[in-house]
Amino acid sequence: MDTQWMKTDVLVIGGGTAGTMAAIKAKQANPDGEVLILEKANIRRSGAIAMGMDGVNTAVIPGNSTPEQYVREITISNDGILNQKAVYQTGKLGFEVIQELESWGVKFQKDAQGNYDLKQVHRVGKYVLPMPEGKDLKQILTRQVKRHKAKVTNRVMATRVLVRNGRAIGAVGFDVRTGDFVVIQAKAVILCTGACGRLGLPASGYLYGTYENPTNAGDGYSMAYHAGAELTNIECFQINPLMKDYNGPACAYVASPFGAYTANAEGHRFISCDYWSGQMMLEIWKELNSGKGPIQLKMTHLDKDTISEIESILWSNERPSRGRFHEGRGENYRTDGVEMNISEIGLCSGHSASGVWVNEKAETTVPGLYAAGDMASVPHNYMIGAFVFGRLAGTNAVDYIEGLDHLEPDPDVLEVEKQRISAPLNNPNGVPHTQVEYKLRRLVNDYLQPPKVDHKMEIGLRNFVRYHESLEIMSARDPHELMRCMEVHFIRDCAEMAARASLYRRESRWGLYHYRLDYPEKNNEEWFCHVNLKKNESGEMVLFKRPVEPYVVDVDIEREVYDVAVR
Amino acid sequence: MALTTQRVDVPVIVDESKCLEKCTACIEVCPLDVLVKNPETGKAYMKYDECWFCLPCEKECPTNAITVQIPFLLR
Repeated sequence: MDTQWMKTDVLVIGGGTAGTMAAIKAKQANPDGEVLILEKANIRRSGAIAMGMDGVNTAVIPGNSTPEQYVREITISNDGILNQKAVYQTGKLGFEVIQELESWGVKFQKDAQGNYDLKQVHRVGKYVLPMPEGKDLKQILTRQVKRHKAKVTNRVMATRVLVRNGRAIGAVGFDVRTGDFVVIQAKAVILCTGACGRLGLPASGYLYGTYENPTNAGDGYSMAYHAGAELTNIECFQINPLMKDYNGPACAYVASPFGAYTANAEGHRFISCDYWSGQMMLEIWKELNSGKGPIQLKMTHLDKDTISEIESILWSNERPSRGRFHEGRGENYRTDGVEMNISEIGLCSGHSASGVWVNEKAETTVPGLYAAGDMASVPHNYMIGAFVFGRLAGTNAVDYIEGLDHLEPDPDVLEVEKQRISAPLNNPNGVPHTQVEYKLRRLVNDYLQPPKVDHKMEIGLRNFVRYHESLEIMSARDPHELMRCMEVHFIRDCAEMAARASLYRRESRWGLYHYRLDYPEKNNEEWFCHVNLKKNESGEMVLFKRPVEPYVVDVDIEREVYDVAVR
Repeated sequence: MALTTQRVDVPVIVDESKCLEKCTACIEVCPLDVLVKNPETGKAYMKYDECWFCLPCEKECPTNAITVQIPFLLR
């Protein structure tokens, strides 16, 4: 294994939605500073929006809604557990993000008068702004990264954040094509590696048939954890209502403003709102277990032109292969409902709330380490939230490094990591990574998929702790396979965190996301708090309660309870 | 460890008559990095069965040589 050394002022790990914006904003804040994006794929087509996005889900546009209304909406849909100041940033800065994206050529839907054509998908306010022409979003961002002269290194995967004297001083990883060991020194590090989308095993059994881009394997959750940062709300899983087997969005956010809705097999509504929340997912779970399933996204009652318009959006954006999936089965929105199912579990703040703890400045609890996007703990943050926190991380990192020098990494730490990374390559006749990953994720399904049961989760936890033994016999025959092996390490860390956090919170909250059969009720007296976890000095995973920050927008969470059941 | 090779049906199909030997467009954009060139023929093929059926390879191929199917297990 040869070693490559790199040096930059600001290191951005992950060049997706949050990462490209973080790099652009860091360069805008200080054009003379050096900014490097490290990306394990290619930023032109990487991350959650590799094939674009069909709409913005959290657009707070003046004249339509206010940041205060938005904070209120998210506070209620996330059962009160959030840092409102952080959510407020998405409400306050999202409009500037939309305007800046527009100046770069991104198109948002407008009405005949030229006003933003906002749609209601949330329970109360209008925050969904369609982008029927959003397919080229990632190429537009890539162009801006180049224009702003941020550097990009594609096909290098980070495996650990380097920490010295209590602050983040760079990262290590390897080139997924040459296998070179890579050391990057930086004055600040911004983690933007997306969700842990490869935690549970999809019902299809295909490891990569996930909702999230399967490259997003919880890299940042694991790297932040090993850097000593706090993570939060990990027990608040991501579980989505998805097209059965295809495992992608159907997508009610696009189709419901046109009149589509979620129905049971009899064609009846059982939820009044298609916005994804834990409580809505619990209603879906109950319906599927009531004998009235399967459930479907129903569009058959819409006129033909409307359906054609929905098809043109869904089949060109985000997950454009949806069209050929339906075609292959001879299904058509005009005559058939879209059969829906409950997804396997994942971790993702963009849709639920689990992530690396960040405040309203995108700072983690480790100085010099920032996080943004699906892996940072701002609930229901979606794409605009990723842009907003990328922007905050980029700008604040540039302020932070003022007057700071690079620190030399500890050679012993580098050697230990080099050995850890080399191990699967030195064991080419060991167990293939595909089998090691399959079994791990199957165990996640067996023991962690809600409803949660303490005895089951304890067995799961023992399995995940013991799984280090399986990681040790895992094999890779080339640098590409090594990438998948090191992702399995990330997935194992996330599985252990998910089990421990779920066992720690002895109540039920967030609907299906944390539904415990042994503690089926919400208990605000004891559990109106975050459950945070971190690695302590002796290398053990410790969990503790962290109080919810005082609200900046008044919400009486005892009285205002999220409920979209149709009874 | 005793090992065997298992055959799998892969989702990305390359029409070799259209694939350009000097072009690496599909290989560069694949998020999962599953495509490589066959060193003997210079044609691209799917080496690793790790596909998100996301379509950048198909969209960015200058000669429309690529067809992405939904993986068999999901189809």
